[in-house]
Amino acid sequence: MKRVSIYLMAGQKTPELAAAAVAGGADLLEIGFPFSDPLADGPVIRLAGERALAEGMRTQACLECLAETRSRVDVPLIPMTYASLLEAYGYERFRDDAAVAGATSFIVADLPLEAAPELPRIQLVAPTTPTERIRLAAERTDGWLYLVSLTGTTGTRDTVSGQLAGLVERARAVTDVPLLAGFGIATAEQAAAAAELTDGVVVGSRAVEIAAREGVEGLERYVRSLRTAVDERAASPAS
Amino acid sequence: MTSTGYFGPYGGRYVPETLVPALDELERGWQEVRDDPGFALELEGLQRDYVGRPTPLYRTERLAEEKAVYLKREDLCHTGAHKINNALGQALIARRLGKRRIVAETGAGQHGVAAATVCARFGLECVVYMGSEDMARQAPNVERMRLLGAEVTSVEFGTRTLKEATSEAIRDWITNVETTHYMIGSCVGPHPYPELVGELQAVIGREAREQILEVEGRLPDAVVACVGGGSNAIGLFAGFVDDPEVRLIGVEAAGAASLGTGRAGVLHGARSSLLADDDGQIADAHSISAGLDYPGVGPEHAFLRDSGRAEYLPATDDEALVAFHLLAEREGIIPALEPAHALARALELEADLILVGLSGRGDKDLATVLAR
Repeated sequence: MKRVSIYLMAGQKTPELAAAAVAGGADLLEIGFPFSDPLADGPVIRLAGERALAEGMRTQACLECLAETRSRVDVPLIPMTYASLLEAYGYERFRDDAAVAGATSFIVADLPLEAAPELPRIQLVAPTTPTERIRLAAERTDGWLYLVSLTGTTGTRDTVSGQLAGLVERARAVTDVPLLAGFGIATAEQAAAAAELTDGVVVGSRAVEIAAREGVEGLERYVRSLRTAVDERAASPAS
Repeated sequence: MTSTGYFGPYGGRYVPETLVPALDELERGWQEVRDDPGFALELEGLQRDYVGRPTPLYRTERLAEEKAVYLKREDLCHTGAHKINNALGQALIARRLGKRRIVAETGAGQHGVAAATVCARFGLECVVYMGSEDMARQAPNVERMRLLGAEVTSVEFGTRTLKEATSEAIRDWITNVETTHYMIGSCVGPHPYPELVGELQAVIGREAREQILEVEGRLPDAVVACVGGGSNAIGLFAGFVDDPEVRLIGVEAAGAASLGTGRAGVLHGARSSLLADDDGQIADAHSISAGLDYPGVGPEHAFLRDSGRAEYLPATDDEALVAFHLLAEREGIIPALEPAHALARALELEADLILVGLSGRGDKDLATVLAR
C-alpha cells in the first residue's frame, strides 16, 4: 500500500491533530520542531514555526508534545527539524530523548548526508542530487528515502513537479528502499499523481494550513481525501 | 562530513541537499580559477583599473597624538567599501560557471551595491534581498542598486534585517540553483564560501603589509578591523596572521557580539559562534550599523578566537558615533559606522603603531547619524 505521511508543526493541539490525521488514513507523521531560521521552508511552515516558537514550543516542549502524541497514535513519528536545535541539545542526547518520547526516526533539513552519523535519520535527495550520491543516501537512510520533488522550498504548487519522475527513475536504478515524495504536494490529485510514481507522499504546508484553519475535523477530512485518491489511483492507475 | 571546509570545529556545510551539488560545483570552479594565471591576471587588471587598487595606507595626522594610527582606505574603493573585492572575484567565477543570474543579500547595502555594480559590468541579472528595516535606514543604497539595474526585493519578516535577507537569498538559490550563483557578501555560509571570500578579501592584508613595511620599516603592533560577518577583518588579518608579534583585534557591535557573547550553533549553512539561546534558536542582534547587525560570524573568526590568535572586543553604538565624528572632524574622512566601531577601540589601545581597516565610507550613514 502507498504511504501517506502528514507533517504537523509541534504545538498544543498537535496530539489531537495527529490522532485526526491517523483517523483520516495517515501512515506516518512528521512533527516539526520549529527553528527561527528554517532555510528549507517556504512561507506556510516558516510562519507556523514562528507561531509555535511564540507559543513556547522550544525543544523540551516539543519532546513533551511528541510523547503526548505518542500516547494518542501508534504510527511512526518522526521529528523534523534543523541542525541548530541539535547542536544546542546534543545530537546523541536528542536521539535518545526523542526515542524515549516515541520518535521512530528523524529528519534534519540542513544536515547533509556526511554529518552526524550518530543520528540515524531519513535522508533527503533532490533533483540536483547526482545518482551516486542518491545511492549513498539510500545506503545510509533510516527506512525510506525522502525525495524532494523539486528544486525549491516547502510549499504548495499548482502541479506536481516535472522533476519528480526523473528523480524517481534515478533512485529506483540504485536502490530498493521505499521512496516518498514531498515538497509541493497539496491536493488529492497531486498526491495521487506523485504516489503513482513512488511509494508514497509527504504533505506538509497544506496540512498545516488546514489544521490551523479548519481544526481537527477539517484535517481528518483532508487526510481522508488524500488517502482515498492515493488508494483509488493505486487500484486503477491512470492511463 | 569530510575535513574540508572546516576551521577547527567551525564551518562545514549545513544546507538542504538541493544545494550540495551547487557547492561542489562552486568549489571545483574556484579551485580551477585559483590555479589559472589568466584568472589572476584578469582579476588584478580589474582591481587596478575598475576598483582603484591598491588602496592607500594613510597615516592619520590629528586623530591620535601619542601613537601612529594608519588607515587602510577601503572606503576609496569603487562603490565605497571593501565589498567590491569579493563581488568582482565572484562575478568572474559565476561567469566561468555559466551562471547568468546572481542573487545576493545585503545589510548596509554596500554588498548589494557591489553586487549590482559588477553585474552591470558583466551583464548579469542581479536580485538583491534586503530587510525592509535596512531598506529604510539605508535608502540611498537602495536607489543606487536600482540605478545599476538590480532588482531589490524587500524582506518583510522576522527582524527585517540581514539575517532574514540572507535566508531569503538562500531560499531563492535553492529554487533557482541551476541558473543562479549566490554571491554571498561575507566570509560566512557553507563551504567553500568562507574560504573563497576570505581569499578574495586577502588583497587588503597583502597590500597593507607591504605598505606599512615600506613606510615604517616594521610591522604594526596591532591590526584592528570591525567584524559583522567579518570579511574585511579576515582579509586584513590575512596579511598578518603569520606574524605572531602583531595583535589581531576584531571589533564587534556590542549588541551583535557573536564572538564575544555567542555560542556554537548553525546558521546559514555553517557552524560558527552565534547569538542563540539555550535551545539553538537564533537571537536578534542590535546595532546602529546595519552591516554589523547580524547574529552570526564567519567560522574562521570563531577559530581564530578559540586559538587565541585574534581577540574580539565590543564597541557600543555611542562609542562608534563618537569615533565617527572624530574622524570626520580631525581628518576630513567620513567613515561608515561599521569601521567607526574599529576606530573606537583602536584609539584606546596601548600601542605605538596601529593599523585600522577603514572598510567603507559613511555617506550611506548620514541619515542615521543626523537622526541621533
